[in-house]
Amino acid sequence: MRRVRLGDRLFSGSTVLFALAIVGLGIAIFAALAHAAMPAVRTFGWRFLWGRTWDPVEQEFGMLPFLYGTLVSSALALVIATPIGLGVAIFLNEFASRALRGPLAFVMDLLAAIPSVVYGLWGIFVLVPFVRAHPGGWLAQHLGFVPLFRGPSYGVGMLSGGLILAIMILPTISSISREVLAAVPQTQREGALALGATRWEMVRHAVLPYARSGIFGAVVLGLGRALGETMAVTMVIGNRPEIASSLLAPSYTMASVLANEFTEATSDLYVSALIEVGLLLFVVTILVNMAARLLVWKVKA
Amino acid sequence: MNVALEASMTPPRAARTALLRRKILDRTMRTLAAAAIGVAVVPLFSVLWEVLRLGLPGLRPGFFSSLPVPVGEPGGGMGNALVGTLILVGLGGAIGVPVGLLAGIYLAEFGRGRLARIVRFTADVLSGVPSIVVGIFAYTVVVMPMNHFSALSGGVALSVLMIPVVSRTTEEMVKLVPTTLREGALALGCPRWRATLQIVLPTALPGVLAGVMLAVARVAGETAPLLFTAFGSRFWFEGLRQPVAGLPLQIFTYAVSPYDEWHAQAWTGALVLVLLVVLLQLVIRLYARWRMH
Repeated sequence: MRRVRLGDRLFSGSTVLFALAIVGLGIAIFAALAHAAMPAVRTFGWRFLWGRTWDPVEQEFGMLPFLYGTLVSSALALVIATPIGLGVAIFLNEFASRALRGPLAFVMDLLAAIPSVVYGLWGIFVLVPFVRAHPGGWLAQHLGFVPLFRGPSYGVGMLSGGLILAIMILPTISSISREVLAAVPQTQREGALALGATRWEMVRHAVLPYARSGIFGAVVLGLGRALGETMAVTMVIGNRPEIASSLLAPSYTMASVLANEFTEATSDLYVSALIEVGLLLFVVTILVNMAARLLVWKVKA
Repeated sequence: MNVALEASMTPPRAARTALLRRKILDRTMRTLAAAAIGVAVVPLFSVLWEVLRLGLPGLRPGFFSSLPVPVGEPGGGMGNALVGTLILVGLGGAIGVPVGLLAGIYLAEFGRGRLARIVRFTADVLSGVPSIVVGIFAYTVVVMPMNHFSALSGGVALSVLMIPVVSRTTEEMVKLVPTTLREGALALGCPRWRATLQIVLPTALPGVLAGVMLAVARVAGETAPLLFTAFGSRFWFEGLRQPVAGLPLQIFTYAVSPYDEWHAQAWTGALVLVLLVVLLQLVIRLYARWRMH
């Protein structure tokens, strides 16, 4: 009897240990980054967040241009991907026939499976020339008086960055929204249809209100992905640390500056400043993901 | 009476146009939703088409067996990068799979109450941490103390990315095992740990393996966490303490270079990577569906 209990104790104890390791890992990531970022935090304080100069030679580091690039490119991606992703989710879950549903869902999964660097390669040689010639060129020509579209259309820049991010977060938004829609009770739909609603009215008045917070969670999860996405954005956004009002101008993101400059950082303060950028990216994405998970769990539970 | 009934059954004109408007709106929204799918698949097909079109010409046996050559020299391949990716993913799996597996078993078999909720939540949130941040983490805990970029640090970075995925899929798969199986084993006098390891886990194994392969497919295409850990190399694998090449890294380096020959190689590399990653997921998916029936 005692031996049995001992074995069980050891076994469940060791699984608990590994489960705790996951929590420990989360804490370790934060601690390791915070520790390595300390020199930069001490040297620059809040100036690090609001400074516009990123000058490794003068050892002056302010990350506002990267913060701006990350926020604007992610916002742009959300504006593009949310309606499309939601449309995909609604179509797959509410309108599509059963035979169509499986293959189309698979195609969306495929979109998520393609590695970031392949999107980046495609971005350089297909998307950027396309943006330069078509939407970018058109916008610069006809809407150039709006500050948002001022200046020449380089191709590389905020618009291309936002577009490629939109493509990459689309599967996240659509698949999580679809899970949320699938969790809406069937009786909601039947009730609406029984009252004589059309299919769209059913979706609009009986399904979407029920799923609202979960869909919001899916969008926030997409935001989390967009904020941290690195390779594809780095390859198309132009990597210039400036705050330009135009979407056609090159920009730079927090993740991109890490990808480009980390291995070239020569001084300890420079490395520390880059790690502080990574720390902030970590904290922001953790908060965004926590919010998203809570929203999605609320609906599915 | 009759007249009144008739009047109530044939809707007046206002009601008819209202109905028509509702039907038109219904049609429009349905079409828009279908159009959303169309818009979503355009980039997918464009990516797949370009990768195939530009990558296929460079797909020679030499691509898999030779080292990269300097610009201007003919030939050259990504053999070392392919081997490097296998080593990095193997390392990541060797570290990450056991941790994820046992944590997943805990969540499925013993995971009740507050601790389990915290672990679950942490795993979910960790899976959303940007991979480049994980790269910095591996840099601070492995590269900095060793003072050297290394294959080991790349493996550590990939393992951190694998752990949350493996633990959550393991949990789901182990939970799917019918309770009666556990009860049967326990009723025969089997201790809990043996019931779990010898009855429950083998039953769940195919699903668990699918989860592991899914994690492998995800991290095999990762570039960002390797930039300042595995670092990349022009040579064959030289040991765990030395930098090592990786397929995604090599594609990135060639893609942003100014040379046409390197661009062509990048496309061929992308083709190989997509085949590797996508085929892996395709097989897992078909296998999972086949098992469900």
